[in-house]
Amino acid sequence: MDFKEKVLQVIAEVCEDDVVKEEHDLDIFEAGLLDSFATVELIVQFEEQLGINVPITEFDRDTWNTPNAIIDRLNELK
Amino acid sequence: MTPYSSFLFFIILGILLLPTMILGIMGKRLRYYNVFVSIAVLALIFSGGDEGFYSLVIFTILQLVLIKGYISYRQKKNSSLVFYLMSFLSILPLILSKILPFLAVDNWASFLGISYLTFRAVQIIIETRDGLIKQQLSIYQLVNFMLFYPTISSGPIDRFRRFQKDEEKRWTPEEYKELLYKGINKIFLGFLYKFIIGYAINTYFIMNLDHIADGRFSYHLLYMYSYSLYLFFDFAGYTLFAVGVSYIMGIRSPENFNMPFISRNIKDFWNRWHMSLSFWFRDYVFMRFVFLMKKKKWIQNKMLVSNLGYILLFLLMGVWHGLAIQYIIYGAYHALMMTAFNYFETWNKKHKRWPTGKTMTIVSIVITFHVVCFGFYLFSGRPFQ
Repeated sequence: MDFKEKVLQVIAEVCEDDVVKEEHDLDIFEAGLLDSFATVELIVQFEEQLGINVPITEFDRDTWNTPNAIIDRLNELK
Repeated sequence: MTPYSSFLFFIILGILLLPTMILGIMGKRLRYYNVFVSIAVLALIFSGGDEGFYSLVIFTILQLVLIKGYISYRQKKNSSLVFYLMSFLSILPLILSKILPFLAVDNWASFLGISYLTFRAVQIIIETRDGLIKQQLSIYQLVNFMLFYPTISSGPIDRFRRFQKDEEKRWTPEEYKELLYKGINKIFLGFLYKFIIGYAINTYFIMNLDHIADGRFSYHLLYMYSYSLYLFFDFAGYTLFAVGVSYIMGIRSPENFNMPFISRNIKDFWNRWHMSLSFWFRDYVFMRFVFLMKKKKWIQNKMLVSNLGYILLFLLMGVWHGLAIQYIIYGAYHALMMTAFNYFETWNKKHKRWPTGKTMTIVSIVITFHVVCFGFYLFSGRPFQ
């Protein structure tokens, strides 16, 4: 599994919805798939499964809103 | 002089901002002239004597020492104890200003806007801890952010890194004209909200309720709805002024309201009402609390973690408004509503009993409206008089 697939897998697990694996430009906050509680879950999973540390204050809803955007941001932090 | 409370204030502000607008339209840097405007308006606001000028000065110096000291420390070390201590010291003046009135002593710690300024300062400490602010900040940058006069008295609560981006930006004439247009638009909408609609609800309805209502129950019921509407128009009006003036200064301060009375549920409401405050609590209290619980694996139960987070958030938000009984009960009420909704949402995700569709959306909006208005009724303090 490459990095992109891994990230999508984590997002899908936290959102409890596989739609994020198909629609990479879906706004997951607007779609109601992610709330602040699930966001923290996502951040914890990134750390545990991918070894990437995302500070909570870094996770801005305007720039971390779609699967593609999240992959880009994680690539920057890698 | 209280900001945005009199036409004199607007007239003086208009004259002071005229050169800013001309500079902006010409595509020149705004920051140097804006420093002069800021000092003039701050002097105007705090020269009355009742606004706590000296407390503001001491408060600002204290926060500068704490922030600059913590950034220097964080460049070398990162102990949790130091972080918590610094955060506590940063909030201490606010705590004092809330407690002193109960000790029946002069409230020397308080000044206009202390609740809002504290949050701007603490936020810098938290982002430094998270490694998002690494470089030492200059006194100019800090003072300019903390004492940004358009939003000094009641917010919106901006974030340092966002503010800084706008402050350093040199707007092109086209971009500035757009900002100016939006800013003036907001200010005039603010007049409509605060000085026409809000004023009318208060003067012609709430103050005449004794004659309009025909009994205690109807009095309180009518008060509940009219006060809720008044509160919105008054506060949203103020916010439009604050954001509008910010825009003219070249700073896009965040919004506070996004049609709160069409919220579909209580969670939705808190994404639409006093947003800069609720997002502050969401990012710096709720999410950090949940993260800590998960990371340290202190509590495994998801429902329990999120509910404890909500209780913590809303009790703190209540106390932040003041230590009076109505604010504490207001906080507890919203904590209760959020946890109840949390249970319902989880249950409904499994069983899908709450029908979807247009009609049900309207039903949800109506229910939420009443729940929210009852919250404002508690907030007003009227039931406890």
